[in-house]
Amino acid sequence: MLMAVTGLLFVLYVLAHMYGNLKAFSGHDAFNEYAHHLRTLGEPVLPHGGFLWIARAVLLVSLVVHVYAAVVLWRRKERARSQKYVMRKPKNSTFSSHWMRWGGVTLLLFLIWHLLNFTVGKINVQGGPTDDPYDLLVDSFDTWWLTLIYLVAMGALAMHIRHGVWSASQTLGLTNNARARRNANVLGVLLATVIAGGFSLVPIFTLFGVIS
Amino acid sequence: MRITLKIWRQPNSTEPGAMVDYALDDVSEDMSFLEMLDVLNEQLISAGEEPVAFDSDCREGICGSCGLMINGQAHGPEVTTTCQLHMRSFQDGDEIVIEPWRADPFPVLKDLMVDRRAFDRMIAAGGYISVNTGAAPDAHAVPVPKEKADRAFDVATCIGCGACVAACPNGSASLFLGAKITHLGELPQGQAERDLRVVNMVGQHDLEGFGGCTNIGECTAACPKEIPLDVISRLNWDLHAALRHGH
Amino acid sequence: MPDTTNAYDSSHTRGPGEQEYDDAAGYYVHGDPIQDTKAPGGPLEEMWGTRQFEAKIANPANRRRLSIIVVGTGLAGASAAATLGEAGYVVKSFCYQDSPRRAHSIAAQGGINAAKNYKGDGDSVYRLFYDTIKGGDYRSRESNVYRLAEVSVNIIDQCVAQGVPFAREYGGLLDNRSFGGVQVSRTFYARGQTGQQLLIGAYQALERQVAAGTVRCYTRHEMLELVVVDGRARGIIVRDLVTGEIETYFADVVVLASGGYGNVFYLSTNAMNSNVTASWRAHRKGALMANPCYTQIHPTCIPVTGTHQSKLTLMSESLRNDGRIWVPKSNSDCDKDPREIAEEDRDYYLERIYPAFGNLVPRDIASRQAKNVCDEGRGVGPEVDGVRRGVYLDFSDAIERLGRDAIESKYGNLFDMYARITGEDPYEVPMRIYPAVHYVMGGLWVDYDLQSTIPGLFVTGEANFSDHGANRLGASALMQGLADGYFVLPNTIRDYLAEGPFEKVPDDHPAVLEAQEAVRSRVQKFLTTNGTRSVDSYHRELGNIMWEYCGMERTEDGLRKAIDLIRGLREDFHRNVRVLGTAESINQSLEKAGRVADFFELGELMCIDALNRRESCGGHFRGESQTDDGEALRHDDQYAYVAAWEWQGEDQDPVLHKENLTYEFVEMKQRSYK
Ligand SMILES: Cc1cc2nc3c(=O)[nH]c(=O)nc-3n(C[C@H](O)[C@H](O)[C@H](O)COP(=O)(O)OP(=O)(O)OC[C@H]3O[C@@H](n4cnc5c(N)ncnc54)[C@H](O)[C@@H]3O)c2cc1C
Ligand code: HEM
Ligand code: HEM
Ligand code: SF4
Ligand code: F3S
Ligand code: FES
Repeated sequence: MLMAVTGLLFVLYVLAHMYGNLKAFSGHDAFNEYAHHLRTLGEPVLPHGGFLWIARAVLLVSLVVHVYAAVVLWRRKERARSQKYVMRKPKNSTFSSHWMRWGGVTLLLFLIWHLLNFTVGKINVQGGPTDDPYDLLVDSFDTWWLTLIYLVAMGALAMHIRHGVWSASQTLGLTNNARARRNANVLGVLLATVIAGGFSLVPIFTLFGVIS
Repeated sequence: MRITLKIWRQPNSTEPGAMVDYALDDVSEDMSFLEMLDVLNEQLISAGEEPVAFDSDCREGICGSCGLMINGQAHGPEVTTTCQLHMRSFQDGDEIVIEPWRADPFPVLKDLMVDRRAFDRMIAAGGYISVNTGAAPDAHAVPVPKEKADRAFDVATCIGCGACVAACPNGSASLFLGAKITHLGELPQGQAERDLRVVNMVGQHDLEGFGGCTNIGECTAACPKEIPLDVISRLNWDLHAALRHGH
Repeated sequence: MPDTTNAYDSSHTRGPGEQEYDDAAGYYVHGDPIQDTKAPGGPLEEMWGTRQFEAKIANPANRRRLSIIVVGTGLAGASAAATLGEAGYVVKSFCYQDSPRRAHSIAAQGGINAAKNYKGDGDSVYRLFYDTIKGGDYRSRESNVYRLAEVSVNIIDQCVAQGVPFAREYGGLLDNRSFGGVQVSRTFYARGQTGQQLLIGAYQALERQVAAGTVRCYTRHEMLELVVVDGRARGIIVRDLVTGEIETYFADVVVLASGGYGNVFYLSTNAMNSNVTASWRAHRKGALMANPCYTQIHPTCIPVTGTHQSKLTLMSESLRNDGRIWVPKSNSDCDKDPREIAEEDRDYYLERIYPAFGNLVPRDIASRQAKNVCDEGRGVGPEVDGVRRGVYLDFSDAIERLGRDAIESKYGNLFDMYARITGEDPYEVPMRIYPAVHYVMGGLWVDYDLQSTIPGLFVTGEANFSDHGANRLGASALMQGLADGYFVLPNTIRDYLAEGPFEKVPDDHPAVLEAQEAVRSRVQKFLTTNGTRSVDSYHRELGNIMWEYCGMERTEDGLRKAIDLIRGLREDFHRNVRVLGTAESINQSLEKAGRVADFFELGELMCIDALNRRESCGGHFRGESQTDDGEALRHDDQYAYVAAWEWQGEDQDPVLHKENLTYEFVEMKQRSYK
């Protein structure tokens, strides 16, 4: 339940985030404007950067909750089957469902790096400017190995979302018949492709010089 | 046909077990899987070795006593119980790995036998409709729409075999639990206790040490009665509703 | 077949129960007649009400001090334990399975009868009563059967309230079907899994009492001895099947609901571990065993494929509505592909012999004729021990007439089950079927209160002999189990318990020590015999003897031979059986050894009972008692009695007590299906 709600929050967030990122295609100014807009959203009700901070707080709390729930589930599983099978042959489950935990860990590692990269640390691996988000982005993805890290992370994200969306619908009790179950699965695949695909566009196009 | 078997042998719940190899030469494809084990046991007895212990009673696929992990799959390759699996599903020369259900709430008692009383305790926690004998109104007093009755029946076919737990990577009993919640929750007779039932049964489930469901779906594939995954959704729905109602 | 049919001289006048022949002479001893003293007199409709009113009531506050042991968690045992728990008694429930829900009742398919008359087709309590008496071939008690029909109505109400998902019509009301050749639709069903759904209902009621603390369940515990103190049943000795511990439990009253003993035939449709041990141990302690020879053989089971066969699977009788039964006319065709056998070379023997009823003749007739054609060498399917035991049940005409889809929607699940077990597609190749032992009408003798001849020992469900006479109607065993457990026993047992609680039995009472010692020494003996043959091999051989000589057709010569064979085999068993492992752990061979040892003794008594009863009635067909055209012939003047046998000791002849059956309300008639 906690897992499902926080997970779905993440899905919403990454969806918006992806949309934002795509502005990179519109060029330097549009993207920077978006980055700036993020900080001015809600003004004057909220102070500068207020919305962003609220979002960050929500995300951070969610992250803690999400990871906490993940750890609890993991531990329960270990306790429920301390003796492993000699031979295991899954019959029905998707690859993505088995990769939730390691996929989650991958995402967590990615996130740490990602934040160092773009928000907290603002590391520009090419040694270029770090206070211009657009340039930071371009410089980052011009580096092939950085792009690769991102693409691997996007792979993990896609799988995580694919199973996550279906799983969350099931956990929330929304899939009480065969049709609803199919729809949840389709939605999972759809969101996974759109989000991971959307995110991937920026690094790929940057690497190949379309965005520069 | 000739078959090689790798079977988990364990003298009792406290001593450690190990896989042991056996060879069987004269297996007919008309034998059921358990009859094949009967033949092995006869062979063992004449050789002076203790026969392999496993549970079975009806051998008709309905009592839920039998249940083995066969080549990594609960109840083997077909959608049926172990007792209804036949040797024609295997080929001459096959090697077959046989293990007990593995889940900590189902401790191994001996060889391939496990203790599934955790299921009984989950039912005792609320898997019933409270009505004392003799206190029932006429059976026609409450009509039940056919679709509801049919759906209740579909999920009431659960035989309590435990294959869902055995197959679930999390060792969760959510399919078993969901089947009972859905069976009683579909019927008008089951409404009064609906909230309490789900809260108590889930509580007992967790207390027994079953894992949490992450909706992987191995359980339904292993289920000989093809209990569908939506019972788990139903279980969650009812649980949230009950929590909302303050239980 | 010996030609003694007409040797029966009906002109001779005898007192009731006085027999012209004494076939079993030398195998038994005459005893005093017995009577059921509990059934009140008066009109049928009032008996049960009167008895309930007269039965004393244990004061509710006192009930917490009264304890009851219930052995068995099938429909009879689980329903009784749950109801007694609700009433506030302290109940201990035992079963050998790992969960009460797995009792053999779970396998029942067809349905449960009840005189609800929801179809308005003229059904009534009286009609159900009448059909049951007639179906039982006039060998059951009117008082019991009437009560059964009466409470049948409440069973359905109770089950529906528990959430049993019976089949319903679109209007939301319960559906019924007609079953087993009865003219009214009174059978309630839940697809082909009625027993399962009813048992789960009872099991849930039982678990509810477990949660409430009134019932305690002892699973994987096998009863191996009854404790009788000062003439009363006061407890049981069980073996914990996991630890091997021999434990003693005491109570004010003991209820046996341990099911039927069809597994004496080795192959039957019963669950693998069904046994007679609980009943037999009680029998050895003084409870009379009634009509042990009455067995029901079901005609439509999947045939045996080889010596590895461990059990037989029943397929619903409804298949005979559309399938046609035949074998080749000539035994040279028996191994041919049936589709290549020309129409004129097929013998549709039921249609030939019984043109009026054809393939729908009653169970026993269909079964017997199938055996006859196979014994003639015209059976089909694989040869097992040199004989092909199978006949075709052919749907090709029906498929042609109604279309494959219609057949599929009617019988799809049965066809699938058949295909899974045999690997043959019944839409293409005719099914093969053969009769198999299915149910036993015999069991421990009980009075109207369901109390045995040992005070404080009550017996319910298939384990007692009470309601089905010489033959049971389809869908009536489930009805009886639940009637006994939910409604009858809880009302009659209180009369006995009103005198309680009885004095506490000291742990070291001589009767207790003796019973414990008996169990221990038996277990030790099996483990130290160190012979060469497995228990199963003996069981299989005993089963063959029973099936051959005490199965569908019994003759004087055959039964005598069987008794000799059984005695010889039993002796060999006790000398030469090999049981490995220890007593202090799970030991399935040891469990089986005890059961098979009891089956030997029971098998012998069944043969003696069958030998004594030189008449054909219900499930018991004596070759010497048939009409000129081979129909069963009853002799009401000589055999209208319940044969209740008393144990005298190993190697001693049993004592026969007769309970005369009188029919005040129904007239006895010979049945005819020609
Ligand atoms: C395949 C099949 C289909 C059938 N279909 C129908 C049908 O459609 N309609 C119908 O009316 N009838 C049907 N019958 C008959 C009916 O199912 C049984 O007669 C009935 O269920 C018996 O119930 P019971 O409670 O007496 O005993 P069971 O259900 O046999 O229960 C016996 C109990 O006793 C326990 N037990 C036995 N021995 C011991 C011991 N020594 N120590 C401890 N515990 C012991 C067992 O663990 C078990 O719990 C069918 C039977 C079969 C075999
Ligand atoms: C940051 C690190 C993350 C970790 C460690 C992590 C870990 C997990 C784990 C272990 C599960 C368990 C469920 C299962 O195994 O099926 C899970 C579920 C889920 N995750 Fe994540 N995850 C992370 C990030 C994310 C992100 C970024 C999203 C959204 C894009 C997300 C969405 C979901 C969803 C929707 C679920 C399903 C919830 C349910 O089962 O009800 N997670 N996650
Ligand atoms: C290729 C894909 C991605 C690109 C190009 C990208 C780019 C960026 C950039 C440029 C920022 C800085 C924005 C700013 O500070 O103004 C940022 C912030 C962030 N990104 Fe990403 N991102 C990507 C994928 C992801 C994914 C998959 C996640 C989550 C799982 C994620 C989570 C975040 C978070 C949490 C922040 C911090 C926002 C804040 O400042 O609070 N990003 N991203
Ligand atoms: S849900 Fe299926 S697999 Fe699980 S116990 Fe029930 S029948 Fe067995
Ligand atoms: S396999 Fe396990 S994770 Fe849930 S969907 Fe089934 S219980
Ligand atoms: S033995 Fe009963 S289900 Fe397999």
